[in-house]
Amino acid sequence: MSKQRILLISCGHFEKDLLESLAHDICREFGYPVSYKECCLEMSGYYHPGRRQYNANDILQATAAVSEPDVVKAIGLHRVDLFIPILTYIFGQAFLGGDTAIASLFRLRNELYGLEPDQHLLTDRFRKVVLHELGHSFGLIHCMNPVCIMRSSTYVEDLDQKKSHFCSTCAEKLLQLRGQYDNDCMKPI
Amino acid sequence: MKKKISILIVDDEESVRDSLYNWFIDDGYHVECAESAKKALTMLESSDYDIILADIKMPGMDGLELHRRIKTLSKDPIFIVMTAFASVDTAVQALKDGAYDYVTKPFDPDDLSHLIRNATAQISLKSENESLKSSLSTLVDVEDLIGESEGLKKVLSEIESVAQSNASVIITGESGTGKELVARAIHANSPRKYFPLVSVHCGALSESLLESELFGHEKGAFTGATFNRKGRFEMADGGTIFLDEIATISAKMQIELLRVLESKTFVRVGGNKEIASDFRVICATNRDLKSMVKNGTFREDLYYRLNVVNILIPPLRERVEDIPKLANFFIKKYCASMSRDLVTIEPAALKHLTELEFPGNVRELENMIERAIVVGNGKEIKLKDLPLGKEKMNSAIESLDDLEKKHIANILSKYGWNISRSAKALNVDRVTLYNKIKKYNLKLEE
Repeated sequence: MSKQRILLISCGHFEKDLLESLAHDICREFGYPVSYKECCLEMSGYYHPGRRQYNANDILQATAAVSEPDVVKAIGLHRVDLFIPILTYIFGQAFLGGDTAIASLFRLRNELYGLEPDQHLLTDRFRKVVLHELGHSFGLIHCMNPVCIMRSSTYVEDLDQKKSHFCSTCAEKLLQLRGQYDNDCMKPI
Repeated sequence: MKKKISILIVDDEESVRDSLYNWFIDDGYHVECAESAKKALTMLESSDYDIILADIKMPGMDGLELHRRIKTLSKDPIFIVMTAFASVDTAVQALKDGAYDYVTKPFDPDDLSHLIRNATAQISLKSENESLKSSLSTLVDVEDLIGESEGLKKVLSEIESVAQSNASVIITGESGTGKELVARAIHANSPRKYFPLVSVHCGALSESLLESELFGHEKGAFTGATFNRKGRFEMADGGTIFLDEIATISAKMQIELLRVLESKTFVRVGGNKEIASDFRVICATNRDLKSMVKNGTFREDLYYRLNVVNILIPPLRERVEDIPKLANFFIKKYCASMSRDLVTIEPAALKHLTELEFPGNVRELENMIERAIVVGNGKEIKLKDLPLGKEKMNSAIESLDDLEKKHIANILSKYGWNISRSAKALNVDRVTLYNKIKKYNLKLEE
């Protein structure tokens, strides 16, 4: 069985339009077809009452557990506030070269910063976080190019400055990194 | 290629180590982790890290003690402490002990990024500073003193032995022998090399100007003194002051100079505040100071104060073997500055250079080479490109015939064996010149 797709795992309700739009962008940037599935994770176990946030490392492990064996990468889509022990919040999480990533809409909403809701901007930010985390899972590190999707972003304003695609250097690196997955596909399982 | 910044994370909590590891790995840093201060010290024995990010509260040895231990090793990483709110006081103590910064857990992602970005900038500034310092000292190193003659070797060994001390030095030598280069070489190899070398050409300034130049002046001290000005002694604080043509200073300035050298303090012209400055004095002169002392034109006490070490630079005519190396050095220098292809020098021209008197020493040779490159054909410096100059008295030439033969050969060579032009220059007719060529058996050298 060859690994030739990326899986979107929606944890919580995500509109079909949003998922289709994400799938389109992922396919464009990574060159793999994208499928999606819904999943109901029991989130209470990952909740930290003191911080009133969800532990991203635990959710990442849980997402990996519900992934499918024939996928190149899987990314869990969430709506909760994520943290890792050392940081006050994160937009998403992935291990460099790992199989799974997660991304959350929670901190991307304009309302959180006292601004008018903007659905278009929210979708755009979420798309960027998803592509960024998937980039890490393929082995890409942060990029210094200010508009590259792999530029590190700690604020939503940073996200808004980036474009939704890789710079030429990262695109080239991705092509090389993708090669190893494509070769894996050719190996008999 | 730029070196990858290496980070060592020291924390007893695995989740913290893992989170930071992943965060920094994503940023492209080289990251390693230690679960205790003891393990970190062991790792530091075999590896160097640019940044150490350590928790303050750890079982066994804490972060503060780790920082103190690291300071005793001959390593100087940027040390950042991580702390919970409860231990901010301890973090402040760490800062007082020399830690670079502290962060309170959990961090704001942006704070962490900024912290590491600043630390990285500090590391690159430090390494840039080190490389600039080393390039500065190379620029004025002894490599500028060209040659392998015994005379020059002696000068170089004197520079080496005197550089590390604080002793005053008098450099003597004819004009153009490179006295300032020797002074620069002494300064560049001395512990004062990171401080300024301030040069003053005493001969070029009148007494009052020299006084103001050396000691500085206060606003309104004299007409035109519209602002306070630091003197050269003040500018040379920590470094070296080079007084060129010291023999030309007036009797009054000699007294002033002696007083400054003895007390290392002075007062600006028009001022009343004593200013202290820590400088080393190097002087240069082309005159015989000892005989000036004898005939009373130079103060004896100042002479002995300055003449702790005397370095005598031999004139170029006494180190003829250095001329080819010097010539090639100047050829390279001027071809580069004129953006020309490197030219060569024909053997006859080089031989001619070694036969000249060079009253202007290395400076004269340098000017000669520069001129030859300008007027030459751009490929090779030929004998005709060089001025005839004043030749040394050659002991091999004893008779008038020898002298005539040499002169005719030179003129023929200068005019490329053009008989008409050579005869005209010699003020003889062509037949006479042919006869002389035959008589002395002169032949065109290929």
